[in-house]
Amino acid sequence: MIYLELLWSFFQIGLFSIGGGYAAMPLIQHQAIDIHGWLTMQSFSDIMTISQMTPGPIAINAATFVGIQVAGVPGALVATFGCVLPSSIIVTILAFIYYRFKGLDAVQSVLKGLRPAVVAMIATAGLSLMAMAFCGTDTFTGDINVENVILFVIALFILRKWKLNPILVMLGTGVAGLIIGVV
Amino acid sequence: MNEKAHRYLTLFLTTLEISAFTFGGGYVIIPLMRKTFVGKLKWIEDGEMLDLAAIAQSSPGPIAVNAAILVGYKSGGVPGALLSILGAVLPPLVIISVISAFYQAFRSNRYVSLCMNAMSAGVAAVVIDVVISMVGDVLKMKRVLPVAMLIITFILVQFFNVNIMIMILVAGFVGYLDYLFSRRKAS
Repeated sequence: MIYLELLWSFFQIGLFSIGGGYAAMPLIQHQAIDIHGWLTMQSFSDIMTISQMTPGPIAINAATFVGIQVAGVPGALVATFGCVLPSSIIVTILAFIYYRFKGLDAVQSVLKGLRPAVVAMIATAGLSLMAMAFCGTDTFTGDINVENVILFVIALFILRKWKLNPILVMLGTGVAGLIIGVV
Repeated sequence: MNEKAHRYLTLFLTTLEISAFTFGGGYVIIPLMRKTFVGKLKWIEDGEMLDLAAIAQSSPGPIAVNAAILVGYKSGGVPGALLSILGAVLPPLVIISVISAFYQAFRSNRYVSLCMNAMSAGVAAVVIDVVISMVGDVLKMKRVLPVAMLIITFILVQFFNVNIMIMILVAGFVGYLDYLFSRRKAS
């Protein structure tokens, strides 16, 4: 049943995305593309782009988007519910532990231990997005879109050097792509 | 309107407003909540807000949702938590629903397609930029274990398609062992 699949998938995404926003990305990719085929790599890249430019957590945006595409508005509600359910339970428990014992040492050390692994996973999702931009697939095979490679290098340079707002950088690449395509 | 209902309404509207106007993810939302709930409404003390932020960041799930749950619970118990979850989730739910309703039609438009395809290079750059900063933070810890975890996880996930949920459990377990070990060494 599609609603149960959505609920369970986004429950897992909510449960395993630890350390905020980008941590959800590799999990969404895993669940929605690899396991269920609900998204193509292109629509995944699109929803990540849209997420950067709209308010709200990446995971909730993805839940709504996938839910609607797969099973309409009820699907969006179910997926979003699944996504916040683990938070609701675990945050409550951690808050209880915190107020009771005034310390989350062990929890925070586990989180610290997780950090490098989470960074590595975000890196793999980042590479998939790069492959999508350069080759139109999630692997680096096939024809290379030279314009996108150049735009990527310029955008990354601007972000590293001047720490410009990511929304502006992305809008910039969009406008540049439009101009290159039309001219 | 009685005072309790007014408080719930304020809570809902405040989380709704914060969620609707926050771009840039969970790390931005905590200073905003602090400004509103500590500074303006005075429902939470400053020191406590720091602890709530730490819990929101240590818990699984979106930081914005986690922070909303904690602030809501603190300000109005379980109904408060439910109301603030609703407030935090509603704006993205509505905005993305509207966008997805038009997505197929928009995406097949030639100009939108040109724009979106080029923006895929932009979003890749944004994510890689974040990754570079995060890898830098891991290197700055100047310890072998985190760097080894980073490299091993990357190789296993990228080249051997190891399930990322299993990797997270393993990495959490390693982090816990490391904590026990360092505590024993300290005592």
